[in-house]
Amino acid sequence: MNTQFWVVQAFNGISYGALLFLIGSGLSLIFGVMRIVNLSHGAYFLWGGYIALSVIHFLTPYTSYAWAISLPVAALGVAAIGIAMERLFLRSEGLAFLRNGVLALGLGVLISLAIARGTSFGWPQFIICAALATLACFAVLRRIAIVPIDTDVLRQVLLTVGFAFLFQQAALDIWGGNNMDINPPPAFTQSIVVGGVYLPLYRVFMIGMAVVIGIALWLVMEKTRMGAAVRATVDDAQMARGVGIDTNKVSMFIFALGAFLAALGGVIGGAFLGIYPGLDFEMLPLAFAVVIIGGMGSLGGAAIGALAVGLADNFGKALFPEISYFTLYAPMVLILAIKPTGLFGRE
Amino acid sequence: MMSQKIKIMIVIAALVAVALVVPQSGSFVVLLVTRALAFAILAMSVDLLLGYTGMSSMGQAAYFGVGAYLTAVLATKFHIGMGWDFWLVVVMGILIGAALAALFGLFAIRAGGVYFLMITLALGQCVWGLAYRWNSLTGGDNGINMTGRPSFGLDLSNDVTFFYLVFAFFSLSMLALYVLVRSPFGKSLAGIRERELRMQILGYNTWLHKYIAFIIAGGFGGLAGVLWAHTNGHVSPETVVLTTSVDALLMVVLGGAGTLVGAAIGAAIVFGLREFLSTLVPWWQYALGAVYVMTILYLPMGLMGIPKRWRQRNQGKGGETKTLASKPS
Repeated sequence: MNTQFWVVQAFNGISYGALLFLIGSGLSLIFGVMRIVNLSHGAYFLWGGYIALSVIHFLTPYTSYAWAISLPVAALGVAAIGIAMERLFLRSEGLAFLRNGVLALGLGVLISLAIARGTSFGWPQFIICAALATLACFAVLRRIAIVPIDTDVLRQVLLTVGFAFLFQQAALDIWGGNNMDINPPPAFTQSIVVGGVYLPLYRVFMIGMAVVIGIALWLVMEKTRMGAAVRATVDDAQMARGVGIDTNKVSMFIFALGAFLAALGGVIGGAFLGIYPGLDFEMLPLAFAVVIIGGMGSLGGAAIGALAVGLADNFGKALFPEISYFTLYAPMVLILAIKPTGLFGRE
Repeated sequence: MMSQKIKIMIVIAALVAVALVVPQSGSFVVLLVTRALAFAILAMSVDLLLGYTGMSSMGQAAYFGVGAYLTAVLATKFHIGMGWDFWLVVVMGILIGAALAALFGLFAIRAGGVYFLMITLALGQCVWGLAYRWNSLTGGDNGINMTGRPSFGLDLSNDVTFFYLVFAFFSLSMLALYVLVRSPFGKSLAGIRERELRMQILGYNTWLHKYIAFIIAGGFGGLAGVLWAHTNGHVSPETVVLTTSVDALLMVVLGGAGTLVGAAIGAAIVFGLREFLSTLVPWWQYALGAVYVMTILYLPMGLMGIPKRWRQRNQGKGGETKTLASKPS
């Protein structure tokens, strides 16, 4: 093992860490601001990748910038999904009509799918059946009060896992089960040579992207009014409300931002991880590792955590392949045991 | 309110019904119920932590996994556990589950609330990582295929015989846990769930109580794993994956946390969706997701909590539904 091995592995680890920063920082902010443990964050990553694939597929005949366009489209699309999920299900004040409607529609379609099995339903019958079932479900749901999630961590976890399963199945139905690749522009497929070491340009781009986004996030958090409101909400939500900060709006902003970053990670990571069913639940524990090591709600912590996880993952796989995931999660346990709030987390 | 005696009679009647009806069904159903029963033991162990002690463990699959891997490794590499020594493996499975929980508990019990959840998640991932990567021991991604089931006078390769064995283990586990939660020890666990600080002030060593509950739950998890390995004849990292732990939590919440019967019912429903509905329709995972979402939003006290919620509603006290983790910590 010469210097070159170490340099290449460290470089790979850092670039993987750059990707993990994108998915981990959003998760961390969401937890810090909303106290919500979001297990559908992996699904946002996956959906980001899939949406980008579709955008690239549709736009490639028309423009050579399809990949560059797919980045914001996928990220904004997933951010919209995130906002819908947050407004309707995680913060359940108001919007009861819409929430009941969405749930009733989902149940109605499931019920009519069940009824349609074995019968020779065509589309018209199916739609009528679904509409009737939806109305029936809606009538029932309207009469049952939901129990707000609030600060109940366990119920947040189970609710967001439920959504993760729904997203997973929907992705499978829309995009199929094949392993797909996002092909970045040819310019990125070259390598640059630094001191005799070949560094793939795409990984350099990933690091650059993470640095730019990290600095932008830092500027927003530290220098803008919105950022100050976010920090105040992280520290003490009740007090923040007391001094007139609309924490409700802050929550929505942060949730959208988290989903946006995760989806961006999906597009960027899709080029070397591939996009396939199950990727969501592969990335999720890694994102949690980032958040836990760095401390929930801390941006700087997420950066350090992402680097640590990226390097630990890479060197673990290279040096001790048989226990590589253990070398990743065991330090996480130790950090948690010694300092439950993570390295940079606040009480 | 039904008296306790009547409730026990209902549970026993239901168990007898299962024991009588299932063996008459097709071999697919017998195997499905056997697997569900093994999983229900795991769900009940989660219930001991979540429902009776108020600890939501996201890593219960770890103990399940070590039990299952122990069985598979001993059977394939050392030819232990295919005869009379099956009982030895059962004891070893319980012990290894408990020992792992004793080790993990040292890290986990210190933390509370969301940090407990996170640390148990990390611990569970440690075990998953080893199962996934330690090729020479665990067979990596492919897992371990076992050949046949033990035979010692009783031939367990007969699915019905094996069903009765797992059924017996399930019933005994339920009985043991029932006795445990009704004991003074169980009462003090409930006290910790309701208000840990008050129990500390009363002079209880709450850490030790939680630690012991954690170890007992680990032991039952290990037992469930041993049985699971033999029902499937195949053990893979899928056994210890994060979703197994989360499924076990949902089973408890769906049935009604703090009721052992609820955990078993929840296990039957979730397992039925995963293993039975998936053979019928391609869209089964939507149903699973819907069960998750609807349970959490509308049934936080689970199916066993419906009568109570109904009464509250009729008394006009809706909205003030108490759920497990909504207590002050």
